[in-house]
Amino acid sequence: MTDEKSFVEIRHAQKAFGKLEVLKDISLSVDKGQIVGIIGSSGSGKSTLLRAINDLDPLTGGEVWLDGVEVNQKLPHRQYEKHINQMRQQVGMVFQHFNLFPHMTARENVTMAPMLLKGLSKDEANTLAEEQLDNVGMLERIDYYPSQLSGGQKQRVAIARALAMKPKLMLFDEATSALDPELVEEVNQVMRKLAEQHMTMIIVTHEMDFAASVCDRVLFMDQGVVVEEGPPSMLFKNPTQPRTREFLRKHLENAK
Amino acid sequence: MDIELMLKVYPFFLEAAWLTIVLSVLTAVLGLICGTLGAFARLSRFAILRFIAAAYVSVFRGTPALIQLFILYFGGPQIGIQLDAFEAGVIGLGINAGAYMAETIRGGIISIDKGQREAARTLGLSHWQAMYKIILPQAARLMVRPLGVNLNMLIKATALVAAISVVELTYTAQRYIGSTYKPFEMFLLAGVLYMIIIYVTGRGVVWLDRKVQIT
Repeated sequence: MTDEKSFVEIRHAQKAFGKLEVLKDISLSVDKGQIVGIIGSSGSGKSTLLRAINDLDPLTGGEVWLDGVEVNQKLPHRQYEKHINQMRQQVGMVFQHFNLFPHMTARENVTMAPMLLKGLSKDEANTLAEEQLDNVGMLERIDYYPSQLSGGQKQRVAIARALAMKPKLMLFDEATSALDPELVEEVNQVMRKLAEQHMTMIIVTHEMDFAASVCDRVLFMDQGVVVEEGPPSMLFKNPTQPRTREFLRKHLENAK
Repeated sequence: MDIELMLKVYPFFLEAAWLTIVLSVLTAVLGLICGTLGAFARLSRFAILRFIAAAYVSVFRGTPALIQLFILYFGGPQIGIQLDAFEAGVIGLGINAGAYMAETIRGGIISIDKGQREAARTLGLSHWQAMYKIILPQAARLMVRPLGVNLNMLIKATALVAAISVVELTYTAQRYIGSTYKPFEMFLLAGVLYMIIIYVTGRGVVWLDRKVQIT
């Protein structure tokens, strides 16, 4: 194996809960600026793989590298904590259920981490929050609490919160799955805008059309393995694997 | 009912009620300290701390507070712990209340959705930063009412220290019964004063609970 590493490099990722193998030897590389979609039925391991990238779900085997640094390297607990906190600052993550901090306004959700971790002054952080919330079209609601926002608005604030840390990589874990259908597009638009700005993104999604339109590459996962991967034009139109075809066929039926 | 007698002795009862309040406040403070330490120990990643905290909670919730006080006050000198009655009362009740509060605080912390911790950690916050900035501010709001229940129990439990002769409300009532032979009036007077203390505390808890709710 050469040691030339891509921007994001996952090598032989394995994850088991007891005897249940969720990830079976998965390798994946993502170049800077690339947008990779991961599709698959629930339980296929796609979220687990995504969450392994910032060590939210630690792997039981294999390596994750980001920009030449090994994310899940073996270190004594204290050192590892320091290292992983540093790594996570560089990786933005967006969750299915938003996970906004309910006791903070949109502004505070965005300013909290940059002030605490990067030592931004209150003024600097406020400017940053205005900038980031404006970017996702949420400037008008800057002083609202999450409970006063719709799902789509919450998710846009959550994206702004992640972007405020100026991450090198953005991970989306079914960012629109919990949204009412009419609110999906406003979040997709924000993600498209990020794509245009060449943000490196890994997107776990159930939305084939969206994946097809923004991703450079799509992976189909099933039972802990990558069954097939390729550009969306190929994977969606001419899947070579029976399991991929089956999945896409079922998905199409459900959509109808 | 001898109202005249009650009016005559009530200033002494007020004084005793004040001691009950002081006892309650000190016990609550010590209880909160023990409870917080206990809760964090129960949630620790170190098995030994989890074990010690679990043992603390089950021992102090599994035996009568009165026995705990007797062991501390009467049994203490045998193993080199010399405390006067008031000290023994505060320490005994405080540690006892802490065992209950530990469960309340732990319950508040673990009831916060794990997505909150994940979102905080994902931004790069350390375990303690996430605890301090994200988990505790939310958990504390949930804990106000259950801790209010602990406080209610604790105030009533201060009556137990009468048994080690701390001159608080219950002991004072017993003392006046000795000289007046009017247990009905004396215990009623003590009961009313307990009720007032507990009612005011309860209103305070409700007020605090409303005040801290997230809009």
